[in-house]
Amino acid sequence: MKYADEFRDKTIAQGLARAIGAEAGPRRTYRFMEFCGGHTHAISRYGLEDLLPANVRMIHGPGCPVCVLPASRIDMAIRLVERPEVTLCVYGDLMRVPGSQGQSLLRAKALGADIRMVYSTLDAIRLAEQVPSREVVFFAIGFETTTPPTAVMVRIADKKRLKGLSVFCNHVLTPSAMHSILENPNMRKIGGVAIDGFVGPAHVSTIIGTQPYEPLAEQFGKPVVIAGFEPLDVMQAILMLVRQVNEGRYEVENQYSRAVTSQGNPRAKNEISQVFELREQFEWRGLGLVPNSGLKLKRAYAGFDAEARFAMHELRVADNPACECCAILRGAKRPVDCKLFGTICTPETPIGSCMVSSEGACAAYWTYGRVRDDQVRRMS
Amino acid sequence: MSVKAYQRKLDVENGRVDLSHGSGGRAMAQLISGIFHQAFGNEWLARCNDQSAFDVAAGRMVMTTDGYVVSPLFFPGGNIGSLAVHGTINDVVMAGARPLYLSASFIIEEGFRLSDLRTIAQSMGAAARGAGVYIITGDTKVVERGKADGLFISTTGIGVLADGLDLSADKARIGDRVLVSGSLGDHGVAIMSTRQHAALQIEIVSDSASLHNLVAVMMAAGGSGIRVMRDPTRGGLAAALNEIAHQSGLGFRLQEAAIPVKPAVAATCELLGLDPIHVANEGKLVAIVAPDTADAVLAAMKTHPLGCDAADIGEAVADDHKFVQMATSFGGGRIVDWLSGEQLPRIC
Repeated sequence: MKYADEFRDKTIAQGLARAIGAEAGPRRTYRFMEFCGGHTHAISRYGLEDLLPANVRMIHGPGCPVCVLPASRIDMAIRLVERPEVTLCVYGDLMRVPGSQGQSLLRAKALGADIRMVYSTLDAIRLAEQVPSREVVFFAIGFETTTPPTAVMVRIADKKRLKGLSVFCNHVLTPSAMHSILENPNMRKIGGVAIDGFVGPAHVSTIIGTQPYEPLAEQFGKPVVIAGFEPLDVMQAILMLVRQVNEGRYEVENQYSRAVTSQGNPRAKNEISQVFELREQFEWRGLGLVPNSGLKLKRAYAGFDAEARFAMHELRVADNPACECCAILRGAKRPVDCKLFGTICTPETPIGSCMVSSEGACAAYWTYGRVRDDQVRRMS
Repeated sequence: MSVKAYQRKLDVENGRVDLSHGSGGRAMAQLISGIFHQAFGNEWLARCNDQSAFDVAAGRMVMTTDGYVVSPLFFPGGNIGSLAVHGTINDVVMAGARPLYLSASFIIEEGFRLSDLRTIAQSMGAAARGAGVYIITGDTKVVERGKADGLFISTTGIGVLADGLDLSADKARIGDRVLVSGSLGDHGVAIMSTRQHAALQIEIVSDSASLHNLVAVMMAAGGSGIRVMRDPTRGGLAAALNEIAHQSGLGFRLQEAAIPVKPAVAATCELLGLDPIHVANEGKLVAIVAPDTADAVLAAMKTHPLGCDAADIGEAVADDHKFVQMATSFGGGRIVDWLSGEQLPRIC
């Protein structure tokens, strides 16, 4: 596959692995968090951790939009779609995310709710045009990557005067979440943050650029290397992080220079700022309430805001107290340290954010990493 | 005396199935004779009984049943009819058996086009004839509009086993080789490409095919050295191997680089965030073969058109966890698990 195989080359990977092995000092450990689910997926899918020396550890971050959506927002959506006039449009991943009582949109659909899986915001527009008598609500989730398409959808709906379309907005912001991982009131309880640097987001950074991570690197003294989602991208970013740590630097570096600039995509950013504004705080599964981390529709587009239109009450649901997502997301614990892991919390019956999507830390560990014995090493 | 059996001819070109076609009356008889008998035409059906009697061969017989609810009903490389015949024949032949007879049960939604029903029935007839199999009994039900998605078909298959053969998923042994008959994921990707919301402009054709001849060639070359065969349909290769691992109480080690996947399938899976080893096949098999016969079986597979891309992709190993593990082309290792829930595309 052109433009993909080049970034999956075994020989180059071995070269990078040798360089990481040579440069990672044996007397210390290097703990790097890949924030994005896309990176977690690449690490698991290609078995990248087998190529790293034992003292370089990857911590899987919260960067999967489905995983971080709290049970309360699922509960709100289920309550919304119980209204007979509502058709809810969702991205497929969202269907299985558990609400507070273990219910999900998939089950709500089985009980008769009108829920449609869509692949883009344009599908929601098309549907709203086809069934003008229905209240079509788009369940918007995701980081800065999926926010511009929602903004464009709202502006098109406005232009076309599509009265039946609205947005249940759950868009969240990456830098705020990274900030919250490094600085959290519960920090002492979970034993501090054991993170020496970040593999920074790929697709998110194409939108926002590298600049927004700079205050973070500076304030907490943690290096950030923006990296692409291909396995060689991740390997190279890890090498760049090892070098920064060794040299005592904490800069924002850009490994993904073929797609990311310092300023990002001005048109996309403009779309976002036209339509959305900051919420004071937003709840994240695993992180709790994070200030300035969520978006809502601006007053000019309030007519398209499902929360206002249907007077949706904000719900608060406590995470399962035994769930260790909070510590796992900060690298203080590993999935196997959680009492729920593999017992009541499995990919089929996920409890915490880390198990919800296949890209979550616990799900990835369940699927790919449970037995990291040397069998696989021997065969390669 | 010649009596005209039906007052009005079945208007297959423009007509629709209505509730009277399932009512047991004259309209139903007309539908069965005008569409199903025409398409399946054989001596058993011609006797118009509610069952068919046939001679029983010496030895052991195998029987399987499967329901088909594919959406859309027509897809590149086939339709629900050919699929319902190939799929059930393949389940019979995975036992190493020779397929003989099929039954077919149709649940049709009111309003279904008669012309589509005829096309589907004709595909079934052609698929059955191609495998030397007869559809000898069947059933037709019509349900109200909205109570079915166009057409559902259930088929049951019967076949006969040669003496001494006993293939079973609990028979894999440590050291056995894992062979696949060709490229993986073609059917699932062909179906996904036709679903409206995916709007993919790709040319991937379903691999839907009857594997009886390929299996015959393999059995001739490998005999009892072939321990297990599975057609990796829903859940793909990953599900098939995990099932065998559990039933046999061992693990598998695969080499990703050896697994055949067409570039267009790989690219589509890449776009949709899927893994080809989880995607359905309808004309492929995976065989677990004793190490001393594996080369001969693989060579035999490659002589058959449906096995020309066959490959040896790994081996059975001792593993208390019963994991399917894979050395990735990138040089690392991973576990190949069952898929959780439905295979939903990732969003970013």
